[in-house]
Order: sequence, then structure tokens, then C-alpha cells
Amino acid sequence: MSKKDLGLLILILVVGAVVTAINPRFLSAINLANTSNLVALFGILSIGQAFVIITGGIELSVGSLIALLGTLFIDFIAVRELDWPLAFVVIIVLGAVIGFVHGWLITRLKLQPFVVTLCGLLIYRGVARFYTADGTAGFAFGQNFPTLEFLTAGRSYGLPNSFIALIVIAIVMWVVLHRSVFGRYLYAIGKNEEAAKYSGIRTGRIIIAAYVICGVLTALSAIYFAMYTRSISPASHGQFYELYAIAAAVLGGFSLRGGEGSLVGVILGTVLLQELQNLVNLLGIPSSLNFAVMGGVILIGVLVDQQWGVFRARRRMIEATRQNVAGAPAE
Amino acid sequence: MAHRLLSGAMTSTETTHPNTAPFLSLEAVRKTYPGVVALDRFSMEVRPGEVIGLVGENGAGKSTLMKILGGVTRPDSGTITVDGIAHDGLTVEQSIGSGIAFVHQELNLFENLDVAANIFFGREPLRAGPLSLVDRARLREMVAPLLKRVGANFSADAPVASLSLAQQQMVEIAKALSIRARLVILDEPTSSLPMAETEKLLDVIKGLKAQGISVIFISHRLHEIERVADRVVVLRDGTLAGTLAKERINHDEMVRLMIGRMLKEREKAGEAARAPGTVALSAEAIRTSTYPDRPVSIELRRAEILGLAGLVGSGRTELARVLFGIDERLAGSVTLDGKPLNVGSAADAVANGIFLVPEDRKLTGILLDLSIAQNITLPNLPAHARRSLVATGAELATAEKQKKNLGIKAPSVLTRTGTLSGGNQQKVVLAKWLAMDPKVMILDEPTRGIDIGAKAEIYGLMRALADAGVAVLMISSDMEEVIGVSDRIAVMHEGQISGILDKDDFSQENVLLLAVGKKPKLLQAAGGLE
Repeated sequence: MSKKDLGLLILILVVGAVVTAINPRFLSAINLANTSNLVALFGILSIGQAFVIITGGIELSVGSLIALLGTLFIDFIAVRELDWPLAFVVIIVLGAVIGFVHGWLITRLKLQPFVVTLCGLLIYRGVARFYTADGTAGFAFGQNFPTLEFLTAGRSYGLPNSFIALIVIAIVMWVVLHRSVFGRYLYAIGKNEEAAKYSGIRTGRIIIAAYVICGVLTALSAIYFAMYTRSISPASHGQFYELYAIAAAVLGGFSLRGGEGSLVGVILGTVLLQELQNLVNLLGIPSSLNFAVMGGVILIGVLVDQQWGVFRARRRMIEATRQNVAGAPAE
Repeated sequence: MAHRLLSGAMTSTETTHPNTAPFLSLEAVRKTYPGVVALDRFSMEVRPGEVIGLVGENGAGKSTLMKILGGVTRPDSGTITVDGIAHDGLTVEQSIGSGIAFVHQELNLFENLDVAANIFFGREPLRAGPLSLVDRARLREMVAPLLKRVGANFSADAPVASLSLAQQQMVEIAKALSIRARLVILDEPTSSLPMAETEKLLDVIKGLKAQGISVIFISHRLHEIERVADRVVVLRDGTLAGTLAKERINHDEMVRLMIGRMLKEREKAGEAARAPGTVALSAEAIRTSTYPDRPVSIELRRAEILGLAGLVGSGRTELARVLFGIDERLAGSVTLDGKPLNVGSAADAVANGIFLVPEDRKLTGILLDLSIAQNITLPNLPAHARRSLVATGAELATAEKQKKNLGIKAPSVLTRTGTLSGGNQQKVVLAKWLAMDPKVMILDEPTRGIDIGAKAEIYGLMRALADAGVAVLMISSDMEEVIGVSDRIAVMHEGQISGILDKDDFSQENVLLLAVGKKPKLLQAAGGLE
């Protein structure tokens, strides 16, 4: 665990302690279970976002995708009465295809990630609303999917199954990001795409793969969110979720320029964000201030981190000059 | 006000000023850096209205001299006398105050602003009133005589981005004149100019001289120095190798003073002339996007270093980029070992054993934020992995081996490459390819910005590669390097190979003649072809 991650963990614990001191319900089983479920749902999509951000890209269509894919999923199983495993696979494949298209537009047609995914944000939201004719997608009275509901909203050993899923996904993705050849390529591309290309890496394919991973994880979290809310009004479902994901990554030490960040960081970032949401509720802060609290904390966090970096760079420079008094090379 | 004072000072005659006293002189100047004597016992004088050619190979001490004159560095000892007042060293303010102005190779202009705004940037005449608006009319009045003096054929309103390189240099010179410059130092001003533009610049230099302004003209292009200089100062290894008076300025004399040492090395290399190997890579009538109308063909032979010379912009780098698959090949064919080869990306080239050490080390050669080990294994990572997971042990083993073989000076293979010196960074670039199995190695300006010691090591590595049977293509703008290191020299001119020189015909003159598209003087022409 890096120093950055450790700092974030300590911040999470300190905030948790303060909240508990004011309102002990923070540590109640029901609150912890609820919060960890939300951490899981947002965590899965934040990991996807992190893979894109590490390449120096961004994925803004996440929230709209959650609405579109969630709507489709509920429609498939509740209205069209598809077997849910089949619907599940279709939704995941759809997420992968959309991620592929984004990556293809960005790498082959050289469009900017911001532009491509901003268009995605608008398009998928519009399609979702059109698909339900601006109505609400939901289950009919008495419709039950015991296995699916257990897997998405159930609990084992007191832990939400969604949270267990997050842990499994996080471990797998940690290995992919930090130990695999693919992960090394991702970092190399994020640091310097040109140099990576000159080293013989097929940068286009790697970047497309990052968007596919983001699409798949987004699709998975779309299913979780759909089963969590159980009814979706596509006009508002998932709104701003891309920003939660980006915020979690930034809090977790990711640079939007790419090439920096860790999987532990993005998970801790998600935890902190959900903790803050929880804090607003538990401390009786007007919920209208929700976003303001989040924005404020992120700003302070990024500021502290950046100033710390400046301080360290200065100290390193002073040390370097001391070691090498007349550093100027001859010609 | 500035230019009025100047016009008073420049009513002198247009001939040289042999009798005028020097206004600037350096005496026994010495400057050392840790481990290097950059300049030693160096003396020179500058008289008004004199054009001094300053030549010397890279590392001879020209930059140090410039830094001392510009007030950026203080000499360890020696005196600098300006207008009769002796100084131990100049400050930047004193340098500017003495009327010393620089025009650097890389221009410092705001391309989005017009000519007038650039010349008086930060010193614009203002209109009265609380808003401090720029007085455009007055500005134009001030700029007009300056532009006339540099012989500008463009208007003060022209945006700098619309000007040619030579015109932009005129703007820089006009800027220098606007601060009452008495000495304008031009650092390699023609190295990136096409021929016609160079003529214009040489005219500007003559114009300055006619106005009584002194010029120090630094250039590797000796024939240009021959044409404009009144005197040539030659630097070698930080000392004054000699001064040539006007009547003694000629190409051979300059080369003799500059590279006496190098000529010997060349003879030595000449003895080891070898039988050329078979053709490894052959490009037939390929076209690059820079010169889409000009097909270029080249053959790289095994066990040979082929030097690729030519002026900046002649299409050498573009050719390398096409061979390495970075740029698209517009036409033509490439064969490797006689088999047709389709390289659509750098990954294809790497898979076929064609490697490139690119021109811009920091942007494309290495990843500064990654460690030495990570850089070295990057092109061949799957070979250092088990089930797609990086095997750190194998990775470190490869890196340690390369670090030792190449003598990369770093605390460990886990050191960030960004903290290494230029020479060591370049060795990392080489190491990543040497760790694989090169068939064809293309090196684009492999020793640019590298200290002399590391240079020699890199030459040694290239030779070792060739000895091991690799086809080596070395692109270089350093004439001595091209002549000293290559087995054959191909020269490019405006997108095409204008000629290939065999060892017997190696000379700076021949390379230059081919580089400007003229015929070389070949030995075989006299002795007949075999």
C-alpha cells in the first residue's frame, strides 16, 4: 500500500471516528451493511473508470449507461420475460460493445475521449428515455427472481453479496492492473503514449481494451443498481454517477493526465465518498448540501496532495543541488 | 528613442574597420565544470563592424563562451573588457547594457502576435490615459526603421506565424537592434534554413556589418562562414585552436584547426574497411508523407554502419519513421532478408527485429517515469511474463545484465530513468533493443546532447552491433561523426538519396555537396570505375 493510500485510509478512519462520536448509529450493523452495499455498487463502476483514466482518457457516459442498461435489463426480465442469466449476458456484452465503440472512435478516428463519451452521455440517456417513453421501468407486482435477488441484493455471513462481488472484482483487477503485462502497458501508455508506441506496443488495442473493461464493469454495476432500486425512471437514474467514479479515482490518487493511480486508491476513494454521503445523513446536515460537502472534501484533498508534492519536489531539488554543487554540464 | 541613438552610431563607412579599436575583448578566460575544462586560456577581441565566424565541433566550448558573453555564467578566471572597463565576469544586465544580443537557434517569438508586438514586447509605447492602451501608430513608427535596417520584405503587421524561418530570424535581429545592440551573436542560424532562405540571412549579416554592428556567426556550415566572415575563431577542446584572418579563411584550414584530432581517427577507421555484408533491409521506391512526390530507395547491409547524412528537413527522420512503421508508407515496397515485409506499426517492425533509437530521447525513446528495468523490458514484456503476469525476477535479470554490459551508471535498475544523464538515458534506449535480437538497428542522432565519454561508448556499441552482423543505419547531422563512424555514407537531399559515398570518398566537402544536391568529387571519377 502506497503512502498516498495509507493517508487516505487514515482520513477515512478519522472521519469515521468523528462521525461515530457524534452519532453512534454510524457503526450500527444496518448502516454498515447499507453503506457497504453502496460502496460495492459505486466501487465496481469506479474501477472501470480507473482503467480508462489510467490511459489518460475519461468516460463520461457511465451515468447514462447505467440508466440505459438498467432499463433494458429490467425490461428484458420483467416485460420480455427472458431468462435472467441470458439477459445478464446480453447486458454485459452490450456494455463491452459500447466500450469497444468508444475506444475505437478514440484510437482509430482520433477523437478526444471527452468528446466521444460526452456524446455517449447524451445519446444513451436519450435512448433510455425514448425506450420507456419516459415512463418507469419496474417489476410487476409479485414478480420474483430469487437467485438473482440473492446474488445482487442478498447477504452472506452478514455481508452484502454485492460487497463480496466488489472484493472479488477488486482482487482480480488489482492483479490485472499491478501485476500483468497488460497493466504495465496501461501505465506506460498513460505516462507517454508516443514512447510506448516507439517501444512496439500496440497502443490502440490496449486503449480499446481499457474502454471495454470500463463498459463491462459499468454494465455489471448497472444490473446491481437496477436490482437495488428495482424501478428505474430513465430521466434521473444514474445521473452524475460518472462524476462519482471520476471523483473516487481522483481522491484515490489518479491523475487525469494518466499513468498514475492504484486500485486500492480508487476503492478507498469510493469508500470515502460514500462515508461523506452517510455523514451528511447521520449528522443531520441538510441533504441539499450533499454535493457541496463532497466537492469541498475533494478540493481540500487534492490541494493537500498537490502542495505535498510541491514540497517534496522542492526538497528533492535542494538535495540534488547539494550533492552536485555545480550541476551545469559543459556544453 | 532607442533607434534614434542607434542611427547616430551607425553612420560609419561600410568597409571593414581594421583600424578601429576593439570595444569588447576577452583575455585568458577559463571556465571549468566538475571534471571538465570547458574553456581555457581563451582570448578574443571584437571590433565594431566585424563579422567573426566561430567554429568548433560539438563540445569545443562554444556554448560556454556564449554563456559567458551573455552573463549567464561567470568565468573562473580571466577578464572581459568592455569599452575599456575590465570585468571579472558579466552579469546578464551588464551584457545587455554592453549591447550584446543573441539570436538563438530556437527562436523566442510569440507566433500568434504580429511583428511589431514581438519586437517591442513588454516595452510597447503607451497612450496617455488610465487604460494604458498600446499606441499602435507610434509602435509602427518605431518598428519601421528597424525592419528597414534588417532588409525586411514583410510588414510590421504581419503575424509571425505567417513568416518563413529566415524572416522570423530577421524579426529577432530587429529585436536585437531595438535594444541598441552593438554585437549580435547568431547561434547556428542557418541550420534549419533551406538554401534560398540562407542567402537572405547572409545578406542581413552583411547589412549589419555595413551599419557598424559586429556579428559573431556560429555555424557548422563552413562555406557560409567563408562567405561572410572577416575573421574566423576556431575552438577545439575548450582552447583557441587558431584565428584565421580574412585572406586565410578557407574550408581546409578551418577543418584542419577544428578536427585535426578527428582526421587521424578517420584514417584509423579507414584501415579497418571491411567487405560489405548481404542486404538485410531493402526499401524500394517508398514515399513518405513529407515528400509524397519523391520515391526513395535504400539498402541496409548486414555487418555495416551506413551513415545517413543530409540537412535538417531533408527527410531522413521521416524515412526512419516509415521503416519503423510509425508513419504510413505511401508507396513502394520493403523487403527483409529478401522476403517482402509489411510493416504497419512499430509493433510489426519490432516483431521483425527492426529497431529504432529515435531522435527525441525524452519524448519517444524512453519513459522518464518508469524505471530502467521497466524501460528495458517494455518492448519484450511477454518474454518476461508467466501467464500474462510480469515475472519480476526475469525482468530484473535482463535489466541487470544490460546495465552491466552497457555500463549504465545508476544506483540500481529500479532507478527512474528521468534522473539519469543524457548519455545513460540513451544507453537505456539501446539496452532495450540489445536485450532482444536486432537484425536492423536504426539510430536517429544517437549522440545528440551527450557528453564526449558516452559518445565514444555509443560509437563502440554501434561498431559491436555491426561486427555481430546487424545492419546499422545511423542518421547524424554531426559531420565528424558521420565520417568517423560510418562504413558507407548515404546523403539525403530534399527527400531523396542524392548519393552514396564509399570510404575512399569520405570528406566533409563531398557530404555537403551531396546534401545540397550537387555532385561530389569522387576518386573513382579520376581513376575510372572498376
